[in-house]
Amino acid sequence: MIGALTVAVTVTALLLAAWCGLATARDQSTKDWHFVGMAVVSVLAVAQLVVGIVKTAGGHKADGGDALFLAYLAGAALAVPAAGFMSLLERTRWGSAIVTAGGLVLAVLEIRLFDIWGGGHG
Amino acid sequence: MADTGTTSGTGTAGKNTDGTTTDAESAQARPRRKIGEGPGRLIVSLYGLFTVAAGSRSIYQLIAQFHRAPLSYVLSAVAAVVYAFILVTLVRGGESARRIGIVCCAAELAGVLIVGTLTIVTPSLFHDQTVWSYYGVDYLLIPLALPVTGILWLRRAAPGKDETA
Repeated sequence: MIGALTVAVTVTALLLAAWCGLATARDQSTKDWHFVGMAVVSVLAVAQLVVGIVKTAGGHKADGGDALFLAYLAGAALAVPAAGFMSLLERTRWGSAIVTAGGLVLAVLEIRLFDIWGGGHG
Repeated sequence: MADTGTTSGTGTAGKNTDGTTTDAESAQARPRRKIGEGPGRLIVSLYGLFTVAAGSRSIYQLIAQFHRAPLSYVLSAVAAVVYAFILVTLVRGGESARRIGIVCCAAELAGVLIVGTLTIVTPSLFHDQTVWSYYGVDYLLIPLALPVTGILWLRRAAPGKDETA
């Protein structure tokens, strides 16, 4: 369950990064549809956070430690909303660049999460 | 921690949501963009990210496992403080903040280079990774690129250099 969500968040985060990277290259700020995209990624990340909390409460021990695991989950859930907030403040191509960075950061966080959770056997 | 939502008394811009400044503004002595706007906002975001990342990491490690690798964890904490200070500087803006920011970015760059080199030359000093270990390769080398970008941006944002694209 959490493995599938990790893959889903990673893929959508990378798509979001590419999409907003394109907007940056075209000298465009983030538009409404970009925010819909950010919402989709964020909902998936929040779902992952909830599932992670439930599994941890249910007794699963993350390889890297529960505190680290939950901290990364929280960070992953906050990455794209924070980037979206900054891009609302910055209505230029650089706002799009911020969301691109947010998507890439989230993808990296997901890879770390996969390791912390316990790799293949989760 | 940093009140990113407020602008200081001296830096009064930030209200214009379209991100462009008018000709009247650029005609004045002020730089066309505040140091926390435009590309600066991306730099602010990245410094915010690293403040949180280095800060939470070092707080956790200092509390939970200080005995394991004291030097590594103290260094991570130092990195977090430097990031936080530069973040506040960038958000506040203004000429003196710009100068302080350049000094801090230089200090940060020196930190990355020194710690990065030490981890290669004398790995026995470090019993765990720091944010700056191996020039920040754990963090996609962003710790190395960020101060360089920061210095370039702060130099470019100097008053009198109004030709920023």
